[in-house]
Amino acid sequence: MSEFRVCPDSGFYFHRSAESLMKVNAVVGIVALLIAGVLAIGVVLTRWQEVHILPADMFYMVLTGHGINALIFWCIFFEMAILHFASSTLLRCRLATPRWGWAGFFLMLIGAIMNNVAVFSGKSSVMMTSYVPMQAEPHFYLGLILFAVGALIQVFVFFGTLVVAHQEKTYEGSVPLVTFGAITAAIIAVFTIASGAIILIPTFLWSIGYVSHIDAEMYRVIWWGMGHSSQQINVAAHVAVWYLIAGVVFGARPMSEKVSRFAFLLYILFLQLASAHHILVDPGISTEWKIFNTSYAMYLAVLASMIHGLTVPGSIEVAQRKKGFTKGLFEWLRKAPWGNPVFSAMFISLVTFGFIGGITGVVMGTEQINLIIHNTIYVPAHFHATVVTGTTLTFMALTYLLIPVLFRRQTFLPWMAKWQPYVFGGGMTILILFMLGAGTMGVARRHWDMDFAGAAMAFEYPAIAYTMMAVGAIGGLLAIVGGAMYLIVAVGSLLFGKKLEASAGILESFAGKPLQASVYDTSKPDVLPMAPKEEAHKGGFEAPGTFALALLLLVTFVVYYFINWKYLASVWPLG
Amino acid sequence: MTSFMPPADRHWWKVPVGRQELVWIAIALVWCIIMFLMMPLWHVYGKQNLSTEAYQTTPAKFGAKVDEMVSKYKVGEEAGIPIVAPPAGSDIYMLGRLWQWYPVLKLKKDQEYRLHLSSMDWQHGFSLQPDNINLQIVPGYDMVLKITPDRSGEYGVICNEYCGIGHHTMVGKIYVED
Repeated sequence: MSEFRVCPDSGFYFHRSAESLMKVNAVVGIVALLIAGVLAIGVVLTRWQEVHILPADMFYMVLTGHGINALIFWCIFFEMAILHFASSTLLRCRLATPRWGWAGFFLMLIGAIMNNVAVFSGKSSVMMTSYVPMQAEPHFYLGLILFAVGALIQVFVFFGTLVVAHQEKTYEGSVPLVTFGAITAAIIAVFTIASGAIILIPTFLWSIGYVSHIDAEMYRVIWWGMGHSSQQINVAAHVAVWYLIAGVVFGARPMSEKVSRFAFLLYILFLQLASAHHILVDPGISTEWKIFNTSYAMYLAVLASMIHGLTVPGSIEVAQRKKGFTKGLFEWLRKAPWGNPVFSAMFISLVTFGFIGGITGVVMGTEQINLIIHNTIYVPAHFHATVVTGTTLTFMALTYLLIPVLFRRQTFLPWMAKWQPYVFGGGMTILILFMLGAGTMGVARRHWDMDFAGAAMAFEYPAIAYTMMAVGAIGGLLAIVGGAMYLIVAVGSLLFGKKLEASAGILESFAGKPLQASVYDTSKPDVLPMAPKEEAHKGGFEAPGTFALALLLLVTFVVYYFINWKYLASVWPLG
Repeated sequence: MTSFMPPADRHWWKVPVGRQELVWIAIALVWCIIMFLMMPLWHVYGKQNLSTEAYQTTPAKFGAKVDEMVSKYKVGEEAGIPIVAPPAGSDIYMLGRLWQWYPVLKLKKDQEYRLHLSSMDWQHGFSLQPDNINLQIVPGYDMVLKITPDRSGEYGVICNEYCGIGHHTMVGKIYVED
């Protein structure tokens, strides 16, 4: 018999098997983040040239581990928890085939451990990308393959749960928007994992001697079908979580279900073309292929992100205005709960993802502009704005929501949780901005020594590049402190947080009615009703403040975009 | 609170979209189209476009061509690596290997050259500094591009694709003379 409990604070239903699976996925994800964070100390303190703490071999090992644990293991484990939440919990449905779910989880766990063992043995310092013909140990690739198969199984458990919910009619009408976003993430995940399998399986066979040759260019094109697309799972997932948090914290309604869902659909159709972003300065790739793919077929996925960029804060503004925060353009924003880390982390994520991550991504993904950016430290600066202040900060926000709702614990050291998004987001933003600057001065990514010690010929970066790397490193250290604060709050809550029994009143803004203690029983949850109808808005701009912010984003975007063309025009003509 | 509940309207796709969203979508779409058109336009009017000319090759074949150029046009040596001054307009070669760029090129300002790049072993990153032109160098591929150095001076070529423990020692040179 399926057992459910209802969270007295949120009204969310948890199916027992789904709940356990969410917990283990989230916890293992956080462990991966811990590993990545500890390794980040080594990366930051080595690239700060005046400190330069690690020897070269150690640096490359640490950087490989940092990249894989952060970009792959942390994000994807946490996303599995989100998928089960968005299906089983939001649809009030039992998890389909819990045993398969566990099998998938353990495969991922074994794969992640195996890969980490390979990395820390020191013989697989090949970076996350493991470009052939540089070779890692076989269990480096095998670990990734097992991880991918496990993730695929959990994704199919998610799809199965959707089918069960539909057949058992656990909800009325269409799936909620957040679930729709999770479906987007899951579909992109299938594409991602398929690309990974197509290239990693032959590469594994090559590493044990069954395949004689892997073409290096083919590897790049297909590997990035996984490498970039896996970051698109993150985007779809964290945008879905933005909508969730807007709903939970403000009771916000999507401004238009049609528009938001259409934007997610654009992600499904176009985001995975981004493999091309990594191939723009490679030999022999046709111009037409590059232009079509790098622009997601005319920037249609960028259009989708720009839509979410309006509708997520717009829905918050509408909800706030209804509550009476109507003064001027920005009272709704000034009076937002900036002390609530669920909101502050989400909003910092929204702003940095849009203004920094999004804009730099489009600029460096422009066919010709990539010439002046490829493989400089500008590139990791960009993806720290998308994956760290974007995805990771959003997942941190979600953690602060899940501590009471999923884990039924009181938040440990709430003052620390309150400051954490600012320390982490602020430090990371400093790191990102100065790395962007250093990148435009030509500082290379994945590079141990910007002094080029021991090189037969000398080259010197301008002094300002050193300053930028140093200031960036200080930002990085601040972000590491912010990351540690997150881990202390998250792990501390699970270990020492007071167990919550009845409603703790922590989410009064949206819990419909006071509910009883969170106990399991076998009765079927009530069918999830459709959202209550509301009067349609009568013409005019409902969210003028958000519109002003959107225009600011656009102006920033346009100016920065053309500055980069200007910069490109100043380098050697080539064709 | 509908983001985690089914839409209030069963036929949500028939609900008209608000003016604010429509205006923003229109503005964003126009910007997307402008950005899209910038790339083909730059192919017509811009001077920095990467050629798509490339050939499959092998380290041995590519190395032989490099050696031929070095023996014909060698004018000196720097740190044990030959300095080569090939004639303007000719095919010039630079190879990347663990861990050097070979040879050093001496070019004339405002003259066009056909630069061939390839790797002898792993992937490398050709990063011309301080101009900051960056290319991916992939073994098995002879990448050809026409370059026109338009400022004289000494340029560094650093490697910006990770290529193992000596990656940071991989520094080459290109001289451009008036």
